[in-house]
Amino acid sequence: MKDWFKSGDPWIWLTASTVSVSIIMVVGLLLLIAARGLVYFWPANIIEAQYVNNDSTTSRILGEITDSEIVATHRLKDMGVLNLPDLPTVERYLLKTGNRDLTGKDFRWIAQPLIKDQTTPESVVVIERREWGNAYGYLKSIRENGADIAQGDGVLAQLKPRLKRALTLFDQIEKIEKHDIGAINYGLEKLRLRERYLELKNISDPQKRQEIEDDKKELNTQYSNLQSKLSGLYSEIRRDTLVIEAADGSSMQVPLAKIVRIYQPNAMGIFAKTGYYFTKVWEFVSDDPREANTEGGIFPAIFGTVMMVIIMSIIVTPFGVVAAVYLREYAKQGWLTRTIRIAVNNLAGVPSIVYGVFGLGFFVYFLGGNLDQLFYPEALPAPTFGTPGIMWASLTLAILTLPVVIVATEEGLSRIPRSIREGSLALGATKAETLWRTVMPMASPAMMTGLILAVARAAGEVAPLMLVGVVKLAPSLPLDTNFPFLHLERKFMHLGFHIYDVGFQSPNVEAARPLVYATALLLVLVIIALNLAAIGIRNHLREKYRSLEG
Amino acid sequence: MSINSETNGKQNTSGARTHGIDIGALDRPNDSIGIEQETISLEVKDLDLFYGESQALKKINIQIPQNRVTAFIGPSGCGKSTLLRCFNRMNDLVDGCRIDGKLMLEGEDIYEKGVNVADLRRRVGMVFQKPNPFPKSIFENVAYGLRIQGVNNRRVLDEAVENALKGAALWDEVKDRLNDNALGLSGGQQQRLVIARAIAVEPEVLLLDEPASALDPISTLKIEELIYELKEKYTIVIVTHNMQQAARVSDYTAFMYIGELVEFGDTNSLFTIPQKKQTEDYITGRYG
Repeated sequence: MKDWFKSGDPWIWLTASTVSVSIIMVVGLLLLIAARGLVYFWPANIIEAQYVNNDSTTSRILGEITDSEIVATHRLKDMGVLNLPDLPTVERYLLKTGNRDLTGKDFRWIAQPLIKDQTTPESVVVIERREWGNAYGYLKSIRENGADIAQGDGVLAQLKPRLKRALTLFDQIEKIEKHDIGAINYGLEKLRLRERYLELKNISDPQKRQEIEDDKKELNTQYSNLQSKLSGLYSEIRRDTLVIEAADGSSMQVPLAKIVRIYQPNAMGIFAKTGYYFTKVWEFVSDDPREANTEGGIFPAIFGTVMMVIIMSIIVTPFGVVAAVYLREYAKQGWLTRTIRIAVNNLAGVPSIVYGVFGLGFFVYFLGGNLDQLFYPEALPAPTFGTPGIMWASLTLAILTLPVVIVATEEGLSRIPRSIREGSLALGATKAETLWRTVMPMASPAMMTGLILAVARAAGEVAPLMLVGVVKLAPSLPLDTNFPFLHLERKFMHLGFHIYDVGFQSPNVEAARPLVYATALLLVLVIIALNLAAIGIRNHLREKYRSLEG
Repeated sequence: MSINSETNGKQNTSGARTHGIDIGALDRPNDSIGIEQETISLEVKDLDLFYGESQALKKINIQIPQNRVTAFIGPSGCGKSTLLRCFNRMNDLVDGCRIDGKLMLEGEDIYEKGVNVADLRRRVGMVFQKPNPFPKSIFENVAYGLRIQGVNNRRVLDEAVENALKGAALWDEVKDRLNDNALGLSGGQQQRLVIARAIAVEPEVLLLDEPASALDPISTLKIEELIYELKEKYTIVIVTHNMQQAARVSDYTAFMYIGELVEFGDTNSLFTIPQKKQTEDYITGRYG
C-alpha cells in the first residue's frame, strides 16, 4: 500500500479523475440542454383518445404528449381526479391540447389509466397560428368570403394554394408595415425633431420651415398611399377561412391570415418530419418572436447578443491594450503601479450587477442625460441616450471585462524577450517604434487571449444588462436600413435575458420550458462561435509571431 | 608598441606557440600599425559606470581605431559587455545605471544632453550574443532599420537588403526565400542575418557582443571570416571570452579585469609579450 502511494499512481488517478469529472459535467450539461431543447422542434404524433371524466362519462381528447411522470395515486385523488385504479402510483402525461381560444389553456395533465381507445388518426391537422397558439382538429371546410368552397376530403387540395396566397400577402403586409411605414415614421420623427430644433434655437427661416413642411407632406402622401395599399391587402388576406372540428366536436373558424403553417404529423414519414424539423429550427434562429416570446424565433436576441459583444470588443480591446502598455512599458514600476495592478485585478472580482448599477447611474443617467442636453435637446423630454441602450450596455460590459484584457496584455508584453526589444532599439528605433513595430505585434496573441476571455464573460452576462439596455421585446434591431444604420441608443434583445424572460416571466410556462433549453443551447453555441472566431485569429497570429523562445 | 606589421605577424605565431594557444587558425596578417598612427573612431575618457551603488567600470580610457577590429577580452563579469553597451547607450535601458566621464564618437560626446539616442544607435550598430531576429520575414528583418528611417520605396529597399545580405555573406543561402520567416534559419544564419540587419542601416561602428558564443564551430568560422571582411567598411568592436577568437580576428585587444582596463595594445603584442602580470596569467589560462 505504501509502495502504491510512493509510485505516484494514486496521484495520477486523482488528477485524471478530476479531469474526467469535469469533462463529464460539461458534456452532460450540453447533452441535457441539447436533448431538451432540440426535441421541441420535432413534430410529435397527435393522439386521439377517449378520456374518462370524473362523472364516468368519456370525452374525446386530441393533442401531443409532451411530458410524462409517475405520481402517487393518492396525490391525484387529492387533486380531485376520480375513477383511478387501486395502484400506489400511476403515470400521467402532459398533453398539449392547443386550442387556447376555446379551452383557455394549451396543456392538461391526463392520467394514463383513464385513457381509452388511443389512436393516431392520419387526418388530424396541427395549425400553427399567429395568435392563440396551435390548433388541433380535423379539417371540415374551407370558406371564401363566408361561403363554403370545399368540404371534407376536398379541403386539403384547396387549402395548399390558398394558404400559399395568404402567406405571400402576409409577407407583403409585413414588409409594408415594418419596413416602408417604419421608414416613413422614422423620417417623420426626424422632421419633427428638426422642426423642434428650429423652434428651440429661435430660427425662423421660412425657407427651412417650408422644406420641412414639404417633406412632411411628401411623407404623409406616401403614408396614405401605403395605407390604402395595406387596406386592400388586408381585405384580400381576409378572404379565406378554414373551419376545423375541435376535439369536443365543436367547429372552429381559423382565418387563413392567421395561419403560419398547417401539417398532419401523423401522416408524415420520417423524411417529411425531418424536413419539417429543420424548417422549424431555421424559423427559430431566423424569425422574430411571437406570442410573448413563447413562439416563433429568437433572431433579434441572437443579433442583439452578437452585436453587443462586438461593440464591447471594439471598445474594450484598444482601451485595455493601451492601459496595459502604459502600465507595463512606460509607468515607473513602483508602489503606485503595483497598487493600480492590484486594483485592476480586484475589479475583475466585483459582482457584475454592481457594474450594472454603475452603468445605469453613470453612463445612462449622467453621461446619457448630459448628451441629450447637449446634442438632442429637440427630443426632450423623451430621452435619446439618457435611457438604457445598446451603447451603454456595451460600455458597461467593456469596463466589466477591462481587467481581463489588461492582465492578459500585460502578461503578453512581459513575455516578449528583452533581446528582441534591444535588437530593435539597436537599429535606431525609438521605444515607441519598437513597441509599435515589434513588441505589440508579438504580444497580439496575448491580447486576443484577453479578448477571448472577455467575450466569454460578456456574452453570458445578464444581470447588469437588465439595468442598462436589454428589453423583453425590442421593436427594431440596432442595425437597419435607416440612416445612420447603426442606432446605438436603441434597446436590444439578448439571449441570456431571453432565457430569463421566457423561463420566469412567461404566462405559458409549459410552452416556454423547451424554449428555455433551446435558447440556452443557442446561447452556448453563439458563445462558442464567438470564441472560436477569436481563437482562430489568435492561432493565426501565434503562427505568425511564434518566436517566444525558441 | 609601434612594431611594424611584418615582424608582428611572425611574433604572433611564435608567441602564440609559447603560450600554447593556437592563434593562427585563419592565418591572416594583422593590420595593426600602432595605435598612434590610426584614425580614432571612438574615444573613452575617464569613464565610470555604476549600477546603483556598485561600480561596474572604473576610469576606463581607451581609443578605438577606425576600420580595425578591436577585441575586449577578460573573465566573466569583468565589464567588457558593459563597456561595449556604453558605445551605443544601451545601458540607458538599465534601471539605476549611472555614467560619469566622456565617450567621444568622431569627437562628439555621445553622453551630452540633447544627443538623439536613436540617431546614435543608427551610427553605432550592435549584434548580440544570441541571434535575435524579429518574427518577420528575412526581407523585413533586414529592411527593419530602413523602414524605421522612413524608407518605404520598394526598389531602394530591395537593393539595400540585397547589399546587406551580401555583405553578411548570407545572400546566396537565402536569396530564394526572402519572404520566409527568419526564425526558420539556422542559428549561424540567424546571426549573420542579424549582422546584415545591422549593416543595412550603414552604421559607422559595429559592436559585436560575443557574436559566436551560441554557435557551432563552422558557423563561428563563418562569422569570423565575415568580421574580417567587414572591417574594411566598419569600425568593429567585439567582446569575446574566447581568446583564440580574439587573437584570430582582432587587430587590437583590450584586456579587462573587474571593471578596469588592464592592458590595451595591438593583438600580437598583447598575446605574445603582455606587459602586465594579470594579462599574462589570463591568456596563459591561469584563471578566468
